Amino acid sequence: MLNFPETVNEAVAGIRDGSTVMIGGFGNAGQPFELIDALMDCGARDLTVVNNNAGQGDQGLAVLIKEGRVKKMICSFPRQSDSWHFDAKFRAGEIELELVPQGNLAERIRAAGAGIGGFFTPTGYGTMLAEGKETRILDGRGQVFETAIHADVALIKALTADGKGNLVYRKTARNFGPIMAAAAKHTIVQVSRIVPTGDLDPETIVTPGIYVNSIVKVA
Amino acid sequence: MSIQSNGQAGIHAGIHAGIQTSDKPLGRDDLARLVARDITSGSFVNLGIGQPTLVSNYLEPEQNITLHTENGMLGMGPEATGGQIDGDLINAGKIPVTELPGASYFHHADSFAIMRGGHLDICVLGAFQVSATGDLANWHTGAPDAIPAVGGAMDLATGAKDVFVMMTLLTREGVSKLVETCTYPLTGVGCVTRIYTDKAVFLTGPDGVQVRETFGCTLEELQAMVPVPLTAASAAGT
Repeated sequence: MLNFPETVNEAVAGIRDGSTVMIGGFGNAGQPFELIDALMDCGARDLTVVNNNAGQGDQGLAVLIKEGRVKKMICSFPRQSDSWHFDAKFRAGEIELELVPQGNLAERIRAAGAGIGGFFTPTGYGTMLAEGKETRILDGRGQVFETAIHADVALIKALTADGKGNLVYRKTARNFGPIMAAAAKHTIVQVSRIVPTGDLDPETIVTPGIYVNSIVKVA
Repeated sequence: MSIQSNGQAGIHAGIHAGIQTSDKPLGRDDLARLVARDITSGSFVNLGIGQPTLVSNYLEPEQNITLHTENGMLGMGPEATGGQIDGDLINAGKIPVTELPGASYFHHADSFAIMRGGHLDICVLGAFQVSATGDLANWHTGAPDAIPAVGGAMDLATGAKDVFVMMTLLTREGVSKLVETCTYPLTGVGCVTRIYTDKAVFLTGPDGVQVRETFGCTLEELQAMVPVPLTAASAAGT
């Protein structure tokens, strides 16, 4: 049942210790900072976080990692010039890393939302990221078996929602939003505006409301 | 090959006696200009982070090239400046960019399906090493204290129809990055089709490594720097 919490804190209140949380965003574009701050405040820990990166600077996901709330990161590109909080935790052996090629990350998330248990892909074949994984020759190419990534919760950011939970995004901030919304059991979306049902052109809706559980408007 | 004289040093349009087309090694911008000229009109292209990004400065409008950025856009325009800067419109290097008329946005799985599904004509990537059979190593030094980060490199390497590499031929220590077998962890197997370096352009494929042109050295001098057998490419092969 779709709901519209008044605050981000109310929206994330149900997130439990040990949850797998998908967090949208590529770098800072599309990163739901207000929801992440609320996740910090709610105190949940031992989280497995799925995001393309592992936090930048001193905000959002980086703070969650700094404060020791994240047990494991599943991501494609943790190391950046300003990923110092992740770097420190990783070097201290205080955070687990599952490094996934970016396209495999996206497709494994998509697979979860589409009810697909796994798939074969040429990406990573013959590299150390395929070590220990099943391989086959398909269509004349070596391919690696990759499994779906499911999540308890997705925290994503969109531009506009309507009363049915339909979503429209903005430019490259769309990135992981639509596939994470479909992959998680419970999807929480922060938006800049909520419009009356019927105001969004059905032809332009990117994420249909069936994938969305909670919508909260942030300033 | 004749190259327009836009003031770049050392490139002679008229050296046909051999495959040496410049009396000096090419600088980064001259190399980017050469890659840009080699991209077929109408192509869909992804330019990797770093040196490959320079190629966009030399694409001509009449080439009608569409740039893809893996965070979810086709029709990417130049880097944004001043009032154009918009945090929701960035490229794979997280640099603010602009959109061109006809641009489109899509989510990450669709963006990687564009690569993985073989829809991109060319990607241009940097490299630590490329092997004689076109294996690519460009994501990880393998150093024990290095934090690994792969991003979209493996998807680009295996998905694009042509994979061009741009790199200096030699390391700072003077060791060839074109090698018999990569010693750094691989990004993709047998995926590189061309290597653009400051000293030569190499074509990799089933016929071994062919040299299309050299810059500031002869084929013999080049061979002395590179530990894999080189042959001159036939004109038809360029």
